[in-house]
Order: sequence, then C-alpha cells, then structure tokens
Amino acid sequence: MLKFGLPLALFALLVGFLLVGLFRDPSYVPSPLIGKQAPEFTLPSLQDATYPVASKELLGRPWVLNVWGTWCGGCRQEHDTLLAIARTNAVPLIGLNWKDDNAAAVEWLRTLGNPYSVVASDPEGRVAIDWGVYGAPETFLIGPDGTVLFKHIAPMTMEVWTKEFLPRIQAASAGATSAKG
Amino acid sequence: MLLIIPRFLRATLLALLCAAAVPALAIDYERAFDDPAMQARYEQINRELRCLVCQNQTIADSNATLAQDLRREVREMLTAGKSDDEIRTFMIERYGDFVLYRPRMTPVNYLLWAAPVLLLLLGTFIGFRFIRKQAAQVNDDSPEAGKS
Repeated sequence: MLKFGLPLALFALLVGFLLVGLFRDPSYVPSPLIGKQAPEFTLPSLQDATYPVASKELLGRPWVLNVWGTWCGGCRQEHDTLLAIARTNAVPLIGLNWKDDNAAAVEWLRTLGNPYSVVASDPEGRVAIDWGVYGAPETFLIGPDGTVLFKHIAPMTMEVWTKEFLPRIQAASAGATSAKG
Repeated sequence: MLLIIPRFLRATLLALLCAAAVPALAIDYERAFDDPAMQARYEQINRELRCLVCQNQTIADSNATLAQDLRREVREMLTAGKSDDEIRTFMIERYGDFVLYRPRMTPVNYLLWAAPVLLLLLGTFIGFRFIRKQAAQVNDDSPEAGKS
C-alpha cells in the first residue's frame, strides 16, 4: 500500500502544483492596496502645469485611475476601450501619465482622442510608486470613501470593465447614497 | 619554454578580460553615498528588493526605470535617516510581500519557512523505512532465518 500509494500521492501533488502554476500569470502581483485608503496625491495637470489635480477632490463618488504612458504598447491597445468607457459617463476617468514626455502625451491625446476627465502628470514616477504601480497600463477603482476597491493590471477590455468594474461601481454608488439618506 | 610563455600570456589576457567585464555587471556603479557604512546599507537593501518588472532580478541588478526609481527612493529614505525596516515597510505597503527576496515570518509564510524541514523529515522517514525493509529482507534470506 505504502510502496505505491505514497509515491503516487506525491506525484499527484506535484502534478497538481504544476497544473495550477501552468494557468497562473507569473507577472501578476496582487496589490496590497485593495481595501485600504488610496494614497493621496496632488500633481500638475498634463495640459496645464498651473492647474493642480488633487485626489481629495474626488471623494464622495467612485472614480477610476488609469496609469499610462506613450511609451507603453498596452496603453495604445486599450485606448479605444477607454474612449468607449468614457462615453458611458459611468465614473470620472482620471489619467496618470507615468514617466512620460509631456509634449508626446499631449499629442497622443490630441490625435487619438482624450478619454480622461483630467490627466495628472507624474514624470518622476513618485505617485506611481505610492500606488504600487509596476507596469502600465494599470487601472484602479476607488470608492466614494477613498478606498481602493479593485486593480486591473493589463490593457483594459470591455469584458473586464463590465465584469469587474461596473458591478463594483454600482455597489459603491448604492452604498454611498444609502449612507447619505 | 616557447610553449609555456604564450599559454601564460593567454591566461593573463583571459584574466584581464574577466576583470574588465566585472564593472559592466554592476548596474548602479555610481556611489550613492560618500560614507562607506551608508553605501553598504544602500547596497544591502537594494540586493533584497525585487524589481517587479523584471521579477528574477533585484533592484540592484536591474536598470529598468522602475528599479532606478526605487533605488532613488531607497537613497532618499536613507538620507532622511530612515531605518532599514522602515524602508522595507515602505516597499511592502506599496508592492506587497513579493517585493522582498527574503520572505518575512508571517502566518502566510509559515509553510514556506517550514517546508525545507518538513521535506527533510519526510525524506528521512521514507529512507528509514526503505533501509529497514532491506535489512528485513536480508535477514529473511539468511540461512539462520530458515532454521528458526
């Protein structure tokens, strides 16, 4: 029993581990920020450096932070999806332009269309570090109370938006109105 | 003699080439601190932090922009008088435990830390049984076993 049973059990265990590993994305690192207060920031706007973009002003409603750069291929890939999402007016879509050339970023938005309510410029990447950003594009959902509800690491797709973001936005909006009433 | 000299030269050349290649391996060759103790701390911390865009490298090994930015953060925090633990906590708060090359002793990691001991015990157990069984077989085959 032990002669075959134990090696077989160990082999099955090994196969199990390898099988799970096969379907996991090793580049995906879960964010420790989920459920915690989102890091505050005040950064100059991309288009107008004298205009400050402050995360505090967004309290009281759910909003989305999308980290992008013109150097990032995945950002180009998701751009049309972001434009489509922006047209639904579901939530304010805030851009965080990460370690980018300012002129190139402005030109990108001018030619491809601007899905963002406002874009904060982070050329030194300090705010990105506070948010635990490691690879653009990354998209965060922030609740009305300022907690991080969800993070998506990869180009945004309509499927991810409707499956992961919209239900959470609806739940957060419902929670916010019932708390007020 | 004529043969030995070129060989010796070849070896010297090879050694010189290897020595020349070493500085190329150090990504962050500019010293961050004049104080050798601070520089040592800086290098030690960098060697224990994972570069998240190039996951099998530390931020000391990588020249990815994120690694450069994280080294800058480490340098600034050291200058500001932060302790090594405070710097590690700063990184964990942002990037999670995965950023550490030396895992912390937390309940989630107990199995990870215990795994080598558990595997050693399991191996010893299996080996012990195997040896005992072999010994028993030898005894069975011996002429004394047949007599009794």
